[in-house]
Amino acid sequence: MRYVEEFRDPVAAKAVLAAIETVVDEIGATAEKPVHIMEICGGHTHAIFRYGLDRLTPAGIEFIHGPGCPVCVLPMSRIDECVEIAERAEVIFCTFGDAMRVPGTKKSLMQAKADGADIRMVYSPLDALEIARRNPDREVVFFGLGFETTTPSTALSIQQAAREELSNFSVFCNHITVPPPIKALLDDPHMVLDGFVGPGHVSMVIGTHPYDFIAEEYGKPIVVAGFEPLDLLQSVLMVLRQIRDGRAEVENQYARVVPEHGNPVSLAAIDDVYQARPSFEWRGLGEIDASGLRIRHAYAAYDAEEKFRVGYGAGPRLVAEPEGCACGLVMTGRIRPTGCTQYGTGCTPEMPLGALMVSSEGACAAYYQYGAMMTDDPAPAVMEAAE
Amino acid sequence: MNMAAPIKPAPARARLRGERVTMAHGGGGKAMRDLIEEIFTDVFLPPGSEDQARMTSAALAAPGAQLAFTTDSFVVSPPVFPGGDIGKIAVCGTVNDLAVGGAQPLWLSAAFIIEEGCEFALLRQIVASMQAEAEKAGVRIVTGDTKVVERGAADKVFVTTSGVGVIPAGRDLKAENIRAGDVALVNGVLGDHGSTILAARGDMALSTDIRSDCQSLNALVEAVLAAAPSARAARDATRGGLASALNEMAEAAGVGIEIDETALPLRPEVKGVCEVLGLDPLYLANEGTLVLFVAEDEAEAALAAMRATPAGRDATAVGRATAGPAGRVTMRTLFGGQRLVDTLVGEQLPRIC
Repeated sequence: MRYVEEFRDPVAAKAVLAAIETVVDEIGATAEKPVHIMEICGGHTHAIFRYGLDRLTPAGIEFIHGPGCPVCVLPMSRIDECVEIAERAEVIFCTFGDAMRVPGTKKSLMQAKADGADIRMVYSPLDALEIARRNPDREVVFFGLGFETTTPSTALSIQQAAREELSNFSVFCNHITVPPPIKALLDDPHMVLDGFVGPGHVSMVIGTHPYDFIAEEYGKPIVVAGFEPLDLLQSVLMVLRQIRDGRAEVENQYARVVPEHGNPVSLAAIDDVYQARPSFEWRGLGEIDASGLRIRHAYAAYDAEEKFRVGYGAGPRLVAEPEGCACGLVMTGRIRPTGCTQYGTGCTPEMPLGALMVSSEGACAAYYQYGAMMTDDPAPAVMEAAE
Repeated sequence: MNMAAPIKPAPARARLRGERVTMAHGGGGKAMRDLIEEIFTDVFLPPGSEDQARMTSAALAAPGAQLAFTTDSFVVSPPVFPGGDIGKIAVCGTVNDLAVGGAQPLWLSAAFIIEEGCEFALLRQIVASMQAEAEKAGVRIVTGDTKVVERGAADKVFVTTSGVGVIPAGRDLKAENIRAGDVALVNGVLGDHGSTILAARGDMALSTDIRSDCQSLNALVEAVLAAAPSARAARDATRGGLASALNEMAEAAGVGIEIDETALPLRPEVKGVCEVLGLDPLYLANEGTLVLFVAEDEAEAALAAMRATPAGRDATAVGRATAGPAGRVTMRTLFGGQRLVDTLVGEQLPRIC
């Protein structure tokens, strides 16, 4: 199968792994003093564990799992607001499947559905638009979730709704952007990061230049990577070579999909429909400036926060994480999933405490599903700041 | 196998009026009797006309023989799809549940919960499928029930089949028999049914030629047991796919199981559906695929026997039981890496970005 099998060729993988071993030795990295590489995107976290790359790469590489999982960084209060909107009798609440199991303060969307709320799983905002057309007497709300990968399609659905003058369609906008949390992590004195594997599909939309600050201001290498195992291995090799050579550059391993300047149609739609919020709350990271998007005033008729008077500006909401939940620490790479006291006991995919165990891109879910800690000698679960 | 003689088929005359089931057809009166006779009993021809079927079987009376009894409900949507319909699955599913326990299936019951407004044409199609599949599998549908519920209280039609069979003396297929070193075999490709249903639901705007693998496996199981008499256990890999079946077996047997990613038989179209939607084929439902554990020295014979039957042409070995941690199923990946193959949690959902 084209574009898949070539990137899973075990023979090629062996060659890349051998090259990785060599460069790790040249750097002098060991299990005790590893190179710390953060894969930002949750999809990459899953790919690493699905193909067992964490165990195939040498012990001198430590993968730190970044916050690139849009479901995982949703604060519980946002889920509560979704449930509040969904429980209104006139509302049909449409969401991606992943978000349905995330626990809120009282319940998840899946539990709200069982309690009688009309909540429907959709695969795209265009499905929600169709539901709005077919149900003119109901209010259809789409839970717009995701990084820049999904942001354009939500924008297009809003533009389409405006063209059709639909009065019963709105979006509860939770779109966020990748560069600000990376900057927040780089500014955190506890973080030890030597390089980054950059998100593939986000970059398809925004291109590679938004990451220039990582190399130019913080002096760290970043390689934008595809999702097949060979993509990831090659990207890791490219990061290692930069570290060895003392370079800090933005490189694009996923050039077959990612154009340097991104996708102009998508970027134009995003610019037309959204503006950056002054700040947005991220689970585990707190408030980050200019990291969340809200719908522009021109499209206020399609903004669920305006229609239903919820969310930012509707009043103070600070919801503490449940007892024992360490999602924030895991998401910033401070601890491994197995370092959380609740992992596998109080928090499992069937009964999750936090979003990282629920989302298909969450680090905890990846560990749990693929058995990342199956070996007899687990690596240290807590990261120490290097001197 | 002794069976009471079937009643003579009633002369074909259409008593049902209109095209759809109404609440009257569930009322217990004349309209209901017309529905039952014309749609169901004129086709299934149950023996006798009492509420209960009365059956005798010499095989059941044989010393050491055991009665096997199973039940299953079917709610698949859409009810008709490439490769079958809810009726065909209802027969195959119950026949296969008996077969994987080493039973020779004999008789089925068939109960229908029908939504008001369901078309007679759909019911006739389903019943015809069931009768055809029953004949293929060598079983008879001997009793049943019909209920009609208001529009919205069911989705067109739900079917429940229970099945009885006989396990000959000396046969004892069960997961607990599996030991380290035993080989895991499957009779054919994985994931066809699950992919077909996903595509048929229309949510995904996928266009594909995949068809459900829905088929009865009792003939195949008999052939394998003749060639490999110390076969340990079998399970059909329905909801939750091969991964779920293996997890259940590993847990019950207290063994580990390791499968080989390169050995998994998959159609390119199914691989494509999985890649596009971010699904794992190990978890896709099958309706005509089983996994069977045999002793290593009987594996060749078992495979040969399967490949000689129509339902087993693509039979292959996919892994083996190990002395590893009990209940743990792992997979050797393409790369020689290892990953856990856990039981499915909730429904498999396509990724969002």
